Amino acid sequence: MMLRTTLLGAAAAFALAPAASAERGSDGHVGVIYWQAPSIPSPYLSGGTKDGDAASVVLEPLARYDQDGNMVPFLAEGIPTLDNGGVSEDLKTITWKLKSGLKWSDGSAVTAADVAFTAEYCMHPEGGCAQLSKFDGVTSVEAVDDLTVKITFGEATPNPYGPFVGGQTPIIQKAQFQNCLGEKAQECTDQNFYPIGTGPFVIKEFKPNDVIQFEANPNYRDPAKPAFATMTLKGGGDATGAGRAVLETGEYDIAWNLQLAPDVLAKMAEGGKGQARSGFGTLVERLEMNLTNPDPALDANTRSTREAPHPFLTDMKVRKALSMAIDRNLLVEIGYGTAGRATCNLVPAPAIYASDNTECLTQDIEGAKALLDEAGWTDSDGDGVRDKDGVKLSILYQTSTNAVRQDFQALIKQWWAEIGVETELRNINASVFFGGDPGSPDTFQKFYADVEMYANNFDGTDPQAYLSMYRCDNEPQPSNQWNGQNINRFCDPEYDKLIDQLARTGDINERAALAKKMNDMLTKDSYVIVPLVDRGRVTGVSNTLGGFVLNTWDNELWNAADWYRMK
Amino acid sequence: MTDPAPNPNTPLNALQDRDITRPPRSQWREVWDQFKHHKGALLGGGFLLFVTLAVLFGDMVWQLDPKKLDIRNKDIRPIYTAIWNSDAKVSWAHPLGSDNLGRDHMAQIIAGGRASMAVGWAAMILTMLIGTTIGVLAGYFKRLDGPLMRFTDLVLSLPILPLLLVAVTLFRQPLRANFGPEMGMFILIVGVIGVTSWMQTARIVRGDILALKEREFVLAARASGTTSKGIIFRHLLPNVLSPIMVSATLGLATAIITESALSFLGVGFPSDFPTWGKMLADAVPRMQEFPERVMLPGVMISLTVLSVNYLGDGLRDALDPRIRGR
Repeated sequence: MMLRTTLLGAAAAFALAPAASAERGSDGHVGVIYWQAPSIPSPYLSGGTKDGDAASVVLEPLARYDQDGNMVPFLAEGIPTLDNGGVSEDLKTITWKLKSGLKWSDGSAVTAADVAFTAEYCMHPEGGCAQLSKFDGVTSVEAVDDLTVKITFGEATPNPYGPFVGGQTPIIQKAQFQNCLGEKAQECTDQNFYPIGTGPFVIKEFKPNDVIQFEANPNYRDPAKPAFATMTLKGGGDATGAGRAVLETGEYDIAWNLQLAPDVLAKMAEGGKGQARSGFGTLVERLEMNLTNPDPALDANTRSTREAPHPFLTDMKVRKALSMAIDRNLLVEIGYGTAGRATCNLVPAPAIYASDNTECLTQDIEGAKALLDEAGWTDSDGDGVRDKDGVKLSILYQTSTNAVRQDFQALIKQWWAEIGVETELRNINASVFFGGDPGSPDTFQKFYADVEMYANNFDGTDPQAYLSMYRCDNEPQPSNQWNGQNINRFCDPEYDKLIDQLARTGDINERAALAKKMNDMLTKDSYVIVPLVDRGRVTGVSNTLGGFVLNTWDNELWNAADWYRMK
Repeated sequence: MTDPAPNPNTPLNALQDRDITRPPRSQWREVWDQFKHHKGALLGGGFLLFVTLAVLFGDMVWQLDPKKLDIRNKDIRPIYTAIWNSDAKVSWAHPLGSDNLGRDHMAQIIAGGRASMAVGWAAMILTMLIGTTIGVLAGYFKRLDGPLMRFTDLVLSLPILPLLLVAVTLFRQPLRANFGPEMGMFILIVGVIGVTSWMQTARIVRGDILALKEREFVLAARASGTTSKGIIFRHLLPNVLSPIMVSATLGLATAIITESALSFLGVGFPSDFPTWGKMLADAVPRMQEFPERVMLPGVMISLTVLSVNYLGDGLRDALDPRIRGR
């Protein structure tokens, strides 16, 4: 009788197990494929999305954004607000409470000191932290007690959710990184490759620019999660290969960023192993104009820095003409289909922050020609290329290797040729282009070209940190190991004032007005950034993977802990 | 019998020169006679000549610009598709179809072939020059054998891809500044392929030379006072021609393929500069709907390589006096 009950109990446990989504590690293996391979699993040392994403499985912030753009506490107990007293009345401090009993993957306790240390790590003046704009205006981050951390801003900051919210600013362990501050940050290879974290997985093996093997974190806070015992994040290859691996052959479960022409994607989806899911967020494919001179004849310390202004892209009319020559609707039709919308905005969403800037949507070749004539750029030597004072409008236009991007390059080159601008195309392997290696001349930060094309977006629903990237002196330069975010080397004191004003403004409508104004300053007023397409995020997801939630406000892997295998 | 019978007893007859029955023949005439018998070689040579002329002068006949985009005429199928699919979008303006941006395929094949053939031939010639020189020197001069072969081992152990990336990083800018983006890249690609693929040829040539130089005819030549230069050019090189030919044909194929791999990594020609390899790589995502886009450049690469192979085979036979006339 006794035995029978036990057996029944065991049987019941087995029967219940799948329904309750089992226990940690019961669902075997999950495979994720990123066609841009992670180079260093740290969002602080590389601006590349793939690097931050890879790190986000291991390292977690205090709170993240869910699929609707709401904040969800991760390491924090709750979201501090004015109402619950977490944000002070003068809007100068925010106090976060950590969940109690949190452990690092090595078993030690997570404390507020780790949070304070993370801020010190990123805000170190010599570190060249890639997420510095998230800490804009922060004067101090201090641990009040073991579980309480207080962030103080220099001025009233109505949106204090920059630091430690969203996948780009996770908490790192003080004990591990305390000797890696400042200039030494890049040199701590072991720490950078094998960070100790709080996330659902830990890195077992890291091969730079290739593959990362994860295993379940034994000390993860939810004892039932993650459902997968191991995870592979395979990098490299191309978007086509990644799409096929998930949609047609089913070798992998998730394929990131399927930047594929609509007809190609539709054909793959007929494979039946998975589906392509898409959702619009803030991702904008854009042309970045280099305001500094990338001439190889300049020495390494002045090339593409503000010491050497660009010979012709500093002329607003040239930039505007380049933008006018582009037919954005055709680009969308060729490259993205329903997963893209033509846009003139750097901040295309949320709706309240999106400027009503639609002037650029109509192609105007004749207008562009007239504008160049007016600015004095004429074809004086009859070679089909406009020039002025011996400077030819000859552009080196680079981007990452991707079929859609090369199609865009070919189209844009043709339009620019029509207005008398000569273009040389260059494409660089995506892992290198977005790799952030300060030693490589081919990264998008170094910007050794006149124009480059890529896409970027921001975490969450507030564009403040995103717009703060374009502050003077936040540009990639030798002194910050080429890690700045102001890719165009844009510098306008007026704009910097607006950044500070935005940080001080609390009223949502005023904030929206400011954000729109800043967006317009970068786009339609100056054409420093020439947005092309508001891209939906397209992710390939296997039909057998459960729990995946497409989130355009945070990264792809934000809820890796909740994934499971559908039986 | 009206002719007088020749008198066998005339003493001077034996010493008289006989009448010349046919004109004297040069060595190359003999080679050509032998070559003619090799049907494959004739076909291969003919095709190669045709392809070379077509890519050199084709754009005078077919004058569309291979880089010209024409979105309204995109995704046109080759004209022959109409035979089995009457709904297919075909047009006599684009007999081989057009790609997803409306670039004409015929014009691209012609322009791409020019680049691919130029890279292939130049890299192959460079490879053969370096490989043969090193192989002959190492095989013939004992003192040079050790250092040269160790050097070959050294180069053989270099990983090609990192080497390439370093070369591109170091030399791309100066070459681009001096020769323009396309010519600069051409020099770089040919140079890199040449410098990294001569080792097999060198080893094969050295091995053959080592065996040949101990043969009696070489000893005889040396005994009669022939200089080293004479021995190498008159006696050794013609005898190692066949392995060199085989290496050369393989080298041509490798060079065409390597060029396309480089383009894929973003260190090759600019993305709008057509080559057969790049056309093939670009077409892969849509190969199910538009198989001709992979087939056409692929078939061109295969046929070119095959014809070079046959040509090499025929030449080898024709140049070898021992099998001539058989």
